[in-house]
Amino acid sequence: MSAVREQIRRRSEAPPRTRTFVITPVLVVYLALAVLLVVGSVLVGVHGGVLLDHGGILNILTRGTVLGLVAIGQTLVIVTGSLDLSVAYLIGLCSLVAAETMAGSTAMIVPGVLAALVVAAVVGLVNGLVITVLKANAFIATLGVALVLRGYLEHNYTGPAGSVPRAFQHIGYDRIGPVPVAALLMLLLAAAAWWYLRRTRTGYHMYAVGGDVDVARLSGVRTGRTIVTAHVLCAVMAGLAGVFLAGRLGSGAPYVGTDAGYDLESIAAVVLGGTALAGGRGGVAGTIGGVLILSTLDTIFDDLGLDSFFKDVVRGVVLIVAVALYARRRTAGRSA
Amino acid sequence: MAVTHGTPGVEDDPVVRLEGIEKSFFGVPVLRGVDLSLHAGEVHALVGENGAGKSTLLKVLAGVHRPDSGRIVVRDEEVTFASPRDAQAAGIAIIHQEFTLLEHRTVAENVFLGREPVRRGQVDRRALEADTRRLLDWLGEDGIEPGTEVARLSVARKQVVEIVKALSADARVLAMDEPTAALADNEVELLYGLVRRLRDRGIAILYVSHRMREVFDLSSRITVLKDGAFVTCAPTADLDTDQVVRHMVGRPLETLYPERTGVPGAVRIALRGAGNERVRNLTFDVRAGEIVGLAGLQGSGRSAIARAIWGVEPFTTGTVELDGVPTRVTGPRTAVRKGIGYVTEDRKGEGLALRQSVRDNALLVRRAACRGAVARQAADLTRLLGEVGVVARGPHQEVRYLSGGNQQKVVLGKWLAVRPRVLIVDEPTRGVDVGAKQALYRLLRGLADDGMAILMISSELPELIGMSDRILVMHEGALAGELPAGADEETVMALATGHGAAA
Repeated sequence: MSAVREQIRRRSEAPPRTRTFVITPVLVVYLALAVLLVVGSVLVGVHGGVLLDHGGILNILTRGTVLGLVAIGQTLVIVTGSLDLSVAYLIGLCSLVAAETMAGSTAMIVPGVLAALVVAAVVGLVNGLVITVLKANAFIATLGVALVLRGYLEHNYTGPAGSVPRAFQHIGYDRIGPVPVAALLMLLLAAAAWWYLRRTRTGYHMYAVGGDVDVARLSGVRTGRTIVTAHVLCAVMAGLAGVFLAGRLGSGAPYVGTDAGYDLESIAAVVLGGTALAGGRGGVAGTIGGVLILSTLDTIFDDLGLDSFFKDVVRGVVLIVAVALYARRRTAGRSA
Repeated sequence: MAVTHGTPGVEDDPVVRLEGIEKSFFGVPVLRGVDLSLHAGEVHALVGENGAGKSTLLKVLAGVHRPDSGRIVVRDEEVTFASPRDAQAAGIAIIHQEFTLLEHRTVAENVFLGREPVRRGQVDRRALEADTRRLLDWLGEDGIEPGTEVARLSVARKQVVEIVKALSADARVLAMDEPTAALADNEVELLYGLVRRLRDRGIAILYVSHRMREVFDLSSRITVLKDGAFVTCAPTADLDTDQVVRHMVGRPLETLYPERTGVPGAVRIALRGAGNERVRNLTFDVRAGEIVGLAGLQGSGRSAIARAIWGVEPFTTGTVELDGVPTRVTGPRTAVRKGIGYVTEDRKGEGLALRQSVRDNALLVRRAACRGAVARQAADLTRLLGEVGVVARGPHQEVRYLSGGNQQKVVLGKWLAVRPRVLIVDEPTRGVDVGAKQALYRLLRGLADDGMAILMISSELPELIGMSDRILVMHEGALAGELPAGADEETVMALATGHGAAA
């Protein structure tokens, strides 16, 4: 028997398989983006245009700015295992709050921005508390809050309202070369969110809560507080998107968020970026890749003059293929 | 990291003492005055049938439940635990059967979850990894890298991480709930080593297990619970298996395994040179009335055979004959229609819809495989559940509230509802207490006597040897040999590890 035991011991002490190079979703996303840019350039070139000229780059980044802001916030809640469907109406609401508070006065720029962000934070807090205290499912909770916001907007507004002073409208249009200042600000916030998720305790805890809420709780993580924090940050990002859109439009508009479908679009970008919809894995870097893929697709379609039906079909297919690929990777990893 | 090196051996003062613990749920007493003391550097086994109150006692110790009466004394100081946090702070950690690890985070991130070291506003990742490595080294587990994603570790290594996680919180008492339940045979030895090292480093270990062999291999003292009451606590050296089992069930288990009464009939299922990616060149028969045991180390292809016969990963070479007719089973649905039943290894994951009722689970296969009236007809459900001996509050109780043994009976009932001709059972008594084991053994033998052909897979050799009419031993995807009833463990192990000559 001792010989047998010895054999068993030797077998189980074989060194673990080490893998030096791991293909991460983030890598896949940026590779896909690169391929898309090359293919897009060729297609647009055949069509007699140039994809990545001054205007093209500007176009891609401008499109990506608002979606990027919303998707960064959405990444935080999805990593935490939650979801926010109220961002689209919240964007509209915040654009109105900002524009109406500013009311054309330069002196009111700062109060206007702050007011919009406070409103956003409160809505995020409500989302978080409904989920953690009332134990409502995130999908339903934020859908409910979205409906409440819609009711408020429909009852009080019929169209654009408020006015943004010219000084603030610059934020929407200023640029350095082909790069809009707002896009740089968005990327700066993305970097901050990356640091927050990857380097701070709260960030660690967001991954833990999204990974397994019971495990997190049993390990002493304050799960409720973590979820609420994620929702407040997500809402504030949506608020920033609303403020930025008010700057671009010159006034607040109730349906500026829903017309562009930022609720589902932001979730699509996050998932495209390799973050698991169930939470616990993924991150901001992938999300920005997802955002850029979506905005590049749009720009390519515009340059090619394709109709919107075809555009939506391709976007849908891209999203499904991406998620299917991630799912395949995951199951393959499990059986290995 | 403030883990201090204790002196091995039992000291005079216990680290934790439970005195006269009582606990009732909805007026039903679950613990009736239980005493337990744990000393630094001892392995203390806690045994008892399912429902004897072991898990409730663990939960009291862990601060999940507050006792109705009784005292918890930690290092001569009476304490009350309002939450698991309090118990953790007092140095008590529970290693559950289900790990509390995040699959997609690294070892280090898991170990310090909720207690991450922070430096200048951000998590000090260097300290995180260094502290984790120090703890791993201290345990002599230097094969685990702190930066590895937990999902990439084997079950045994995950268990080590779980233990390190507890130690990082300065645990002085580790309660391990069925620690070998999820381990492969070869990993159990590693756990033994780990438990002994923990003991030698002055940790008090409460070891809860159904497996008598582990209890006797590891523990220095044994506490027996029965029906929520304290039966005895004695040095392991003063007890033997029979005595412990007698204390647990309160009566001698005449014979755990039923007599082999069946007379093998016609060949029900025959494999001829069958193989696929995982197994190769299998040739054997299982006859009506026969229980054939399938032994082998984890990964030797035991379960792969079951999955192949059952059509999950079908055979790609050779033939399978059912009642003499060559048959191709291409999926579970065909398997059911051809009269093959499969009680899987993973009861909770693959065997049961945990949130559905006993009734719905028992009728699952019949509803799926039969059409119309037959599927709806449920008149004989009561008879069926009676036949397998399920003890539940009623057919509408959700199965997740049943004990492991009763859950397994529901799984068996699910198959009996369609009366298969061939039944494959994979680890049928995993996580099931002694009394329920005996019931399951009798049930299986009864089915064989009624003409069913049973292929039984098990890692527990005594069970396999006690139950089987013949034993097939697998080694690395091929049959290593066949042994008659009553073969001894060493012969089986020798074949399973590729040492013995085929008998």
